[in-house]
Amino acid sequence: MSFAIFGIPIQAFLGQLLIGLINGSFYALLSLGLAVIFGLLRVINFAHGALYMLGAFAALLLSVYLGLGYWPALLLAPLVVGLTGALVERSMLSRLYGLDPLYGLLFTFGLALVIEGTFRYFFGASGQPYPQPSLLSGGVNLGFMYLPIYRGWVIVASFIVCMAVWLLIEKTKLGSYLRAATEDPILVQSFGVNVPLLLTLTYALGAGLAGFAGVLAAPIYQVSPLMGSNLIIIVFAVVVVGGMGSILGAIVTGYLLGIAEGLTKVFYPEASNIVIFVIMAIVLVLRPAGLFGKDV
Amino acid sequence: MSDASQTMDNAPGRRGRGVRIVMLLALLVALLIAPFMLYPIFVMNVLCFALFAAAFNLLLGYTGFLSFGHAAFFGGGAYFTANAVKEWGWSPEMGIALGVLGAAALGLVMGLIAIRRQGIYFAMITLALSQMFFFYAVQSSWTHGEDGIQSVPRGKLFGFIDLNNTETMYFFVLAIFLIGMGIIWRFVNSPFGMILKSIRENEQRTISLGYAVNRYKLGAFVMSAALAGLAGATKSLVFQFATLTDVAWQMSGEVILMTLLGGIGTLIGPIVGAALVVTLQNYLATSDVPVTIVIGAVFMICVLVFRRGLVGEFYRSRLGRRLGFDPEP
Amino acid sequence: MSEPLLNVAGLEAWYDESHVLHGVDLHVNEGETICLLGRNGMGKTTTLRTIMGILRKRSGTATFAGQDLMKMPLHHVARSGLGFVPEERGIFATLTVEENLMLPPVTAKGGMSVEEIYTLFPNLKERRSSAGTKLSGGEQQMLAMARILRTGARCLLLDEPTEGLAPVIIEAIGDILRELKKRGMTVVLVEQNFRFASRVADRFYLMDHGRITAGFPVADLQANMAMLNKELGV
Repeated sequence: MSFAIFGIPIQAFLGQLLIGLINGSFYALLSLGLAVIFGLLRVINFAHGALYMLGAFAALLLSVYLGLGYWPALLLAPLVVGLTGALVERSMLSRLYGLDPLYGLLFTFGLALVIEGTFRYFFGASGQPYPQPSLLSGGVNLGFMYLPIYRGWVIVASFIVCMAVWLLIEKTKLGSYLRAATEDPILVQSFGVNVPLLLTLTYALGAGLAGFAGVLAAPIYQVSPLMGSNLIIIVFAVVVVGGMGSILGAIVTGYLLGIAEGLTKVFYPEASNIVIFVIMAIVLVLRPAGLFGKDV
Repeated sequence: MSDASQTMDNAPGRRGRGVRIVMLLALLVALLIAPFMLYPIFVMNVLCFALFAAAFNLLLGYTGFLSFGHAAFFGGGAYFTANAVKEWGWSPEMGIALGVLGAAALGLVMGLIAIRRQGIYFAMITLALSQMFFFYAVQSSWTHGEDGIQSVPRGKLFGFIDLNNTETMYFFVLAIFLIGMGIIWRFVNSPFGMILKSIRENEQRTISLGYAVNRYKLGAFVMSAALAGLAGATKSLVFQFATLTDVAWQMSGEVILMTLLGGIGTLIGPIVGAALVVTLQNYLATSDVPVTIVIGAVFMICVLVFRRGLVGEFYRSRLGRRLGFDPEP
Repeated sequence: MSEPLLNVAGLEAWYDESHVLHGVDLHVNEGETICLLGRNGMGKTTTLRTIMGILRKRSGTATFAGQDLMKMPLHHVARSGLGFVPEERGIFATLTVEENLMLPPVTAKGGMSVEEIYTLFPNLKERRSSAGTKLSGGEQQMLAMARILRTGARCLLLDEPTEGLAPVIIEAIGDILRELKKRGMTVVLVEQNFRFASRVADRFYLMDHGRITAGFPVADLQANMAMLNKELGV
């Protein structure tokens, strides 16, 4: 005997809900990074998808060349990506502050093309597998469905990291610098805070989060140079829906839209590719500033 | 900046106009003999992209709105025209008309949603909406998914001019290009265009003067979409296919690059930019160097080093000033 | 005679293309409170912002405690001992009162402890966990000053602290400034409220069109009243 919702077996329903939650975990990590960067730097980081891909590749290369497994990679790859981000910010992006934010978008767009093109040149367009950590292999039977442990881990890890970043921003001294500098960077700098360094650290943090998401994704999706290029557009839509006013808003919207996408797969699979864009259009009509946004 | 040009005497301005007319004539002559010197298909490709970039620049350069979704109009126009000509047996001129109307309709729908936000948000929204159209083109049957619409017949213009002749086709494309550029020129210098300029310079003041600012923005958006559709429709007849490449977001990025490289807000800039980018792509296609990397790098350099673009920097250069160009057109 | 703590000579500054300071000369001795007077738009606020290094398009000389301010990056200026309290107060909405208070890094010994500050400003203690901008205008002004006092700054640049405040609050701010003076604080005050300024300042500078046009000690105030009346319309 089985239950059904609107004629859909509950197993399928819960299964898609879970897949949605996993996608949402990636959306949340990525839109959080975008929101943190945009808040302080006023730059929409088009290279976020490329940095996510860079995280996955860093994990792969650490394994191939240094024999390092998943767990060291989970720590090292975000550091590598964060450091790359810091270099980019210091050497190039910082020259664009004070200009129309559109230039930041265009610059990071070019950057994304260069990063993705380079990896495609050296590694080809096809995906390469990355093994699951043995600790997290196998699965558990939840009664209504079979849950691969690794996927459960993705949800937990993403949630922990999102909460940690939120606490860092809301509850620590560094976070108070960040919030204050988001409001008035010049004044904060006049108090003696090294705001240029803060900007670099913030971009590195956002990049590191994208890199972390990339390592998490590597065992599920294959590691490929273009893995982030369509994802970034979805994450942009997430950010528009959430509005970039709030850090928590970016996280919550990420999970919600992931779930909405998963559920659409159950009820109307043809639309699952575009449901997030449709939601974005509806939100823009009803509430142009986004669900959590303050500015218009 | 503006008072500097006012205090200058009129001579350089008049000289500027003279230089401009000479350059225009030179360009026209070059375009007339081009098919006999270069591959006609290549020049037609350049003309299509130049029109596309000019249409895009109509929006960015004259209203300040950066659309990251113009591929939807370009590719949409291509699909509509290709379908009408191939499946319904329409004549090329009617097919192109449908492509333009279809792109304008798409522009109207996207515009209504997107103009609710400005700046960076506008860019992201147009990107997302065009991606929606991309997925539509992937999934629906009439666009034939990954294959696209292939073997589109060029047909006979007005029922008697055979476009399968390459030279005939070339002059047809050239005519469309000139008509498109003429429309853009008229539009920019019309009262409508003046109001757009004043919106870009001071939106609040324009509102307080009683203009329904959003309607003007939407008008510019639809106009730009329609002309982008014209470019895409024409391209589908030149190459005789319409594929996903035309609606993918990379295409939106390419047209931005053409405009940026040539010079945002200049009439000639997008044409120069399109010619350079298309040439570059053609050249790189036969070499070992990956196109994306070069395109991306050119993008970064443009944004970092010369945001005015080649034409914009030329206008500002000593030579440009001596020839009488206004550095802030 | 010892070197002045803050020494400014021939200071010029630009907002984009427009030239706003045309050579400002002033000096402030240690422990002194000086006041910049002048009508709106004469460059008083700009002078503070230029000394502080917020306005970077500038020329001339400015030294503080023997250090050249002109070459310093903005975030080093506070570390040299200058503290800035802006006209718009600059209280952060996304920070609590206490976070606002703790925001500016301590740059030198001798600043007030949090306990001292809460004794001096009991309101702030009461409302320490509410959002910074939920405070009244007067409380926000107190907070803007208090957070600089915590840092150990030797010299306060104080921009129109009484603007838009009730007389009783202005009185309290006057008390605080006199208390600071006792502790040896140096203050550069920009003020429209002439009555208030005349009770706290040791010396006055008059600014007109981006220049200092007069300077006199408080003792000569009466002698200059006619001129001030004419210049300021007080």
